[in-house]
Amino acid sequence: MNAKRRNEWAVEARGLVKTFGDNRAVDGVGLNVRAGSIYGVLGPNGAGKTTTIRMLATLLRPDKGEARIFGHDVAKESHIVRQLIGVTGQYASVDESLSATENLIIFSRLLGLGRIEARRKAVELLEEFGLTEAAKRPLKHFSGGMRRRLDLAASLIAQPPLIFLDEPTTGLDPRTRSQMWDTIRRLVVTGSTVLLTTQYLDEADQLADRIAVIDRGRVVAEGTVDELKASVGTSALHLRVDHAQDIADAREIVEQVLDVRSSIAAEAGKITAPLADAAQVTDLLIALRTRGIRLTEISVQKPTLDEVFLTITGRGTTEIVQKDLEQSNRTEEAGV
Amino acid sequence: MKSSSVMQDTGRPLKNHAGLGQTLRNSLTMAYRGLLKIRRTPEQLFDVTLQPILFTLMFTYIFGGAISGNVHNYLPIIIPGILVQTVIATSIVTGVQLREDMDKGVFDRFKSLPIARIAPLAGALLADTIRYTIATVLTFVMGYIMGYRPEGGMGFVVIAGLLVIVCSWAVSWIFAFFGVIARTAASVQGISMIVLFPLTFLSNAFVPVNTMPDWLQWFVKINPISHLVSAVRELANNGAIGAEFTLSLISAAAIVAVFAPLTVRAYMRRT
Repeated sequence: MNAKRRNEWAVEARGLVKTFGDNRAVDGVGLNVRAGSIYGVLGPNGAGKTTTIRMLATLLRPDKGEARIFGHDVAKESHIVRQLIGVTGQYASVDESLSATENLIIFSRLLGLGRIEARRKAVELLEEFGLTEAAKRPLKHFSGGMRRRLDLAASLIAQPPLIFLDEPTTGLDPRTRSQMWDTIRRLVVTGSTVLLTTQYLDEADQLADRIAVIDRGRVVAEGTVDELKASVGTSALHLRVDHAQDIADAREIVEQVLDVRSSIAAEAGKITAPLADAAQVTDLLIALRTRGIRLTEISVQKPTLDEVFLTITGRGTTEIVQKDLEQSNRTEEAGV
Repeated sequence: MKSSSVMQDTGRPLKNHAGLGQTLRNSLTMAYRGLLKIRRTPEQLFDVTLQPILFTLMFTYIFGGAISGNVHNYLPIIIPGILVQTVIATSIVTGVQLREDMDKGVFDRFKSLPIARIAPLAGALLADTIRYTIATVLTFVMGYIMGYRPEGGMGFVVIAGLLVIVCSWAVSWIFAFFGVIARTAASVQGISMIVLFPLTFLSNAFVPVNTMPDWLQWFVKINPISHLVSAVRELANNGAIGAEFTLSLISAAAIVAVFAPLTVRAYMRRT
C-alpha cells in the first residue's frame, strides 16, 4: 500500500437525498471514510442506514447529492465503482436454491475468474470461513450465521478495497457474532476499508474507528468512538420512584443535579438519565431524600444506543420506532 | 486471509463499461446458474413435460375428425400448431420465474457486481431454452406415437424444432419485460395469458384460416404466430425452407430488438 493511497478517501458523500413517496428516507447525508479504516454507521431501524449504503453501492440512484468511491462518481462511473466494492446486504444476498460452492463459483466466474481458478477460490474461501463441511448442502439448511459468513465470503472474491456490510451481525448469536467481528478486523489488516451499519453501540465500539450516528435520514453526530462516548456520558442512571406523583419532582432534581436531559416512562414511574460521573449519584440521592422522594429501584447501566440517541436527539429509540410505525401505518392507509 | 494487494494495484485497468466479450461470458455464467437451478428443482419442469403430452392428445382427438375427417390426416396440421402453441406458452414461465427470482436478495449482489447489466436477464432467458427443447422434443414424440410421420425427414424436423426454440426465446423477452415491470409473479402470469391467448388461438395453428370470417382472417394472416406455424409445416411436412421461415426469423429479431432494450432499461430502473 503506497503513501498516496493512505491519504485517499474511500468514500466521500455529500448531501445524499432519497425520497420514497412522502418519506424522505435519506435527507442530506454526508460521509467521509478514510481508506484503510472501519467506519460505523449507527442508527435505529428506519433511520436511513440501508438506503445510504444502497446509494453508495450503486444499487439505488440518489435523488440529490453526490458520492465518490475512491474518487469515482457512483452515478457516472458506476461500473468502475462496482469493481472497487463488495456488498453484503442485510438479507443474505446469495442464491438459496444452490449450494455454497455453486454460489461462490458463479460469483467468481462473473468476476472474471477462469473455471479452475473459480473452483480453487471457492474452496479457499469456504475453508477460511469454516464452511467446508457444509459446502455441498443447499443453503435452505444453513443457519443464519453460516449464511452471513457465505455472504461475506462472496463479497471478498475479488478482494475489493472497499466493503459495505449492512448490519452484519443482526440476528446472530453472541458466539457467531464475535467470530464475525474477528473476520471484519482481519479485512482491515489486509488493507481493505470497511463501512458497516449497525444498531448496536457495542458493535460500533468494538470495530469502528469512526462513527456516524444517523437519525431520520440525517447524520446527527460524527466522530471517533471516544468522542461520541464522551458526549453520551459513560453510563446511564435508571431510577424508579415509589409514588407515581413524585415523578415530575424527581425528574427535576435529576436534571438539576446531573445537569443533563432525562426521559421518563410515567406509567412505570421510571426515570432514565445519562451519568458522566458516578460520584454525582451521592449528591442526587441526598437531594432526593431531602425532598422526601422514596425510590424503589436504582441502577447504573453502560451506555446503549438508547442513551446515545437520548443525548444527541433528545428522544429515545423506542419513541423513534413508535413514530416510524405510526408513520408507516399512515402511509399504508393512504395507499389503500 | 491472504495479504495479497487490492485489485486496482494488480494493474487491471478499470473500465466504465462491459465489453461484448464480457457480456457474453457473464450471460453464459448466468445461464449456467439457471441450469443449476433447474437441476436442483426438477419439479419446475412439470409444465413442459405434461403440457405437450396433454395438449397433443386432447386437441388431436377433439378436432381431428371435425377438421380433417380423421385423426391421421389432421396430424400434419395439428402437430406443428400444437408445437408452436405449447413452446410459446412455456416462455411465459420465464417471465414469472424472473419476477420471483428478482425479489430474492441475490439479485442485489448481481447488481453490485461489475458485470454486464443485461447478463442476469439474458442468462435466465438462455437457460430456459432447455425448457423449450424439452417441450419441442416431447410434442414431436407424442405426434410420432400417434402416427405422425413428417415427410420432410429428420433433418428438417430438427430445423423446425430449432426455429420454434429460437422464436420462443425471442417471445420470452416480452414476458421478461412484464416480469421486470410487474409487482407480483401472479400478475405476470395474468398479463401474459391475456397477450398469449389471442395470439395463439387467432392463428392457423388449429383450424384452416378460410373457415373464419374475413375480418378475422385479416388478423390471422398478419399474426406472426401463423407465419411460424406455416414455417414449421413447410419444414416438417415438405422439407422446404421458404418465405415463412425468413419472415418468422425477422419477426423474432424485431421482438428482441424492441423488448430486450426495454427490459434491460426497466430492470436497471427497478430497485
